[in-house]
Amino acid sequence: MPVKICILRIEGTNCELETFLSFKRLGAAAAAEIVHLKQLIGAVKEREKRNLKDYDLLVIPGGFSSGDYIRAGAILAARIKGALGKEIVDFVRTGNPILGICNGFQVLVEMGLLPGFGAAHEEIEMQQAALTTNDSARFECRPAFIKHENRGNCVFTRGIEKGRILKMPCAHAEGKFFIDERNRETYIQLLEENDQIVFRYVGPDGNYASYPWNPNGSIYNIAGICSPEGNILGLMPHPERAFYAFMDPEWSRSARGRGKDGEKEKGDAYGDGDGKKIFEAVLNYLRL
Amino acid sequence: MTIEVDVTIKLKHGVTDPEGENTKKALSLLGFKNVRSVKTMKTFRIEIEPEKESGDEEKVKHEVEEMCRKLLANPVIHDYEINVVKW
Repeated sequence: MPVKICILRIEGTNCELETFLSFKRLGAAAAAEIVHLKQLIGAVKEREKRNLKDYDLLVIPGGFSSGDYIRAGAILAARIKGALGKEIVDFVRTGNPILGICNGFQVLVEMGLLPGFGAAHEEIEMQQAALTTNDSARFECRPAFIKHENRGNCVFTRGIEKGRILKMPCAHAEGKFFIDERNRETYIQLLEENDQIVFRYVGPDGNYASYPWNPNGSIYNIAGICSPEGNILGLMPHPERAFYAFMDPEWSRSARGRGKDGEKEKGDAYGDGDGKKIFEAVLNYLRL
Repeated sequence: MTIEVDVTIKLKHGVTDPEGENTKKALSLLGFKNVRSVKTMKTFRIEIEPEKESGDEEKVKHEVEEMCRKLLANPVIHDYEINVVKW
């Protein structure tokens, strides 16, 4: 069976095309499809209907689903839970991976799929964490340094060595990972024990740092976490915006500084960006 | 006949309110030196058509609570308050 990838779209998502292109550039153009939520629910013409069961990977892309009204991701999460609750539970239980980028991460947290303690997934869990307004109360939009901390549980980061520092743009107003004080210590410990912490914000020297390196004030500098089973990943920075080396805003400056060999530098522009590895890793996982 | 209900969503005690704090700062820069704190909250005014003419208040409140659980509030960071404004 060929692999199929569902990139979910509703009103207000805006990163679905870049996400699709990331898969396309890795040779998975035929596998990936941008699907509107309505197509999964069945509120469309017969030939446009899609079934979540037919897909092997669900990607919830970044953007501002439903205008970020109420809270970022809340409306999309409630709609998915309401209309596709059972399908999603089946999807996850069979071990299919889900990737949530930025707004997608907010949706997964709102749905209770992340952090998703209580592994059984009998039904979709209650919310255990929140992604809330940045400490700065601003939209924080710039590259962030994130350190890969996963010990091998997360299927999206196999192939990235532990401790490696990646650079990806973040762009969000509500990205502060928050756990209420009563549960904070227990949950952080659980996240560590279950190997659920995937990315943490660091400064350019690789040490954990506060604002501006931690753009939103996340507790424990958390930038991305996965489910206890490792098949659901949510992260605030955008890997699809760091697919090629030239997408780094500092690339042209550093390339010019690197030497006289102009021709060679041009070729480097299409070198790998740090986000590419995440898409490669999940495609490798799906093809096994 | 419709019923109007106000749902106010507030941040729980201990959750930082960056918007409120920034507003407080801006107010003090404008010369309002006596402002001790500013908190933001969000109100939804919801108009409901009760099922029967004699729809009872408890049932409507129950329904609104369901709305809060499903969409309007996030239990990790929010408290909510329901007030019937027009019956």
